[in-house]
Amino acid sequence: MIEAISLCKRYGVFTAVDDLSFQVEPGQVLGFLGPNGAGKSTTMKMLTGFLTPTSGTARIQGHDILDDSLAARRCLGYLPEGAPCYGEMSVSEFLRFVARARGLDGAAVSGAVGAAMERLNLGGVVHQPIETLSKGFKRRVGLAQALLHDPDVLILDEPTDGLDPNQKHEVRRLIQDMSGDKIIVISTHILEEVEAVCNRVMIIAGGRLLADDTPAALVARSRYHNAVTVVLDNPESAASVLSELPQVSRAEIRDGALTVFPAGEGLFGAVTGAVEANGWSVRELRLENGRFDEVFRTITQGETRGEAA
Amino acid sequence: MNATLTVMRRELTGYFATPVAYVFIVIFLVMTGVFTFYLGGFYERGIADLDPFFRFHPWLYLFLVPAIAMRLWAEERRAGTIELLLTLPLSLPQAVVGKFLAAWLFLGVCLVLTFPTWITVNYLGSPDNGAILAAYIGSWLMAGGMLAIGSCMSALTRNQVIAFILSVVACFVFLLSGLPVIMDLFTGWAPQVLVDAIAGLSFLAHFADISRGVIDLRDLVYFVLVIAFWLVANVILLDARKGE
Repeated sequence: MIEAISLCKRYGVFTAVDDLSFQVEPGQVLGFLGPNGAGKSTTMKMLTGFLTPTSGTARIQGHDILDDSLAARRCLGYLPEGAPCYGEMSVSEFLRFVARARGLDGAAVSGAVGAAMERLNLGGVVHQPIETLSKGFKRRVGLAQALLHDPDVLILDEPTDGLDPNQKHEVRRLIQDMSGDKIIVISTHILEEVEAVCNRVMIIAGGRLLADDTPAALVARSRYHNAVTVVLDNPESAASVLSELPQVSRAEIRDGALTVFPAGEGLFGAVTGAVEANGWSVRELRLENGRFDEVFRTITQGETRGEAA
Repeated sequence: MNATLTVMRRELTGYFATPVAYVFIVIFLVMTGVFTFYLGGFYERGIADLDPFFRFHPWLYLFLVPAIAMRLWAEERRAGTIELLLTLPLSLPQAVVGKFLAAWLFLGVCLVLTFPTWITVNYLGSPDNGAILAAYIGSWLMAGGMLAIGSCMSALTRNQVIAFILSVVACFVFLLSGLPVIMDLFTGWAPQVLVDAIAGLSFLAHFADISRGVIDLRDLVYFVLVIAFWLVANVILLDARKGE
């Protein structure tokens, strides 16, 4: 379990993380979501023991990050932002170093390195210097390094940043495979990533926690939740007809698509009924689930106060 | 201890995985040769000892040791690997000492590789090999002192050039602290005790003692304390500034 207790980090007058408290239970994949400079990385750096909090503390599996830093660090695997690695070392040399630094020795080193390389498909580049690898491979080396010792807690700072769509998909699948009974914390500013892999989301901006919920519940906060969008030839006249329906609160036309917002239950049935009754030729008709980007903007707007590290 | 050795091993493989180690060894050997045989007048003196060889070591180290030390922490900062290293379950002193030991061992290897000079002097005459061994030990200790200074300076910045210049200046002050160029800054206003203390900090004086062939406990303690002091400073500075 991760428990953060009033974590604060200040740089002079600038507050990067402001009184952040939360708990993460095993089995949760928590996404830290926020604009750039929101304090996501700073929070992760404090949890992993790299930065000392200005005040507050955190416990990783019961070990205090200030009083018992080494024990806390033993429980976790960490992928720093940008996945830094020692570029001059080969993949196997680097992973063997991390395994030994994690306290493994002898056959356990080879076992752990072999398993991690297999899991991340690094077999073809074992003896290549890391600096000669592509970005996707480097990221995989960084991930291999983080999960080498099969930690209970994985903290991954922007694990898919800068990867192409296939590589992103691969990394997300890997995170899903690993979830099980581990605690996984990822940070990202890619909204669909949260929907794809996380079962809990914390939205952070200006160093403060603004929302903490499941992705589905957050999406349901969208004003588009349960709205109906229709694409047809004459949206203006359709809009005036649909606005008369008791189930419709408002109608909006954007890029030729007409969206009607619900005033109560049964909007979709009412709209399809109106389409049939008027004989409109409809090219597209869909029930909106909600728009994450719109929720994100609503929650974070006005909360970003300058750029943080 | 294990963690320290793990860090040391990684650092050493890092040296030899790049041309850094080989370039440094070649330059070190060529420079010692030039200093010994041309500037030192090894043959002209007609004395079977390695004084012309050791006499230039402080000046050689003044530039070569900071060149090795500058990358120790500045490079970790620049590449971001410092975040990886310091979130592994090892303590800050273990990381600092591990990296220092790697660089110090490497300098020791460079020194050992100067053995043809030692063979030459034994072929030409019969030198006091005990004194030569003492001088080698003294030279290695002095290299360690400068390395500890350089490692500390390297922890201050992500820029290797700045780290290099800071270390050269700091090593220069330590090297010359017995000579008028530094002492004139203090005599006249500082109390005599302080002036004597500063004069006693000179690398040159302590190295000269040892290279005469006498390993005095005081000289050993001096170098060990210098190394310890700068490594402790290194740990403190790194802890305060690692996130920057």
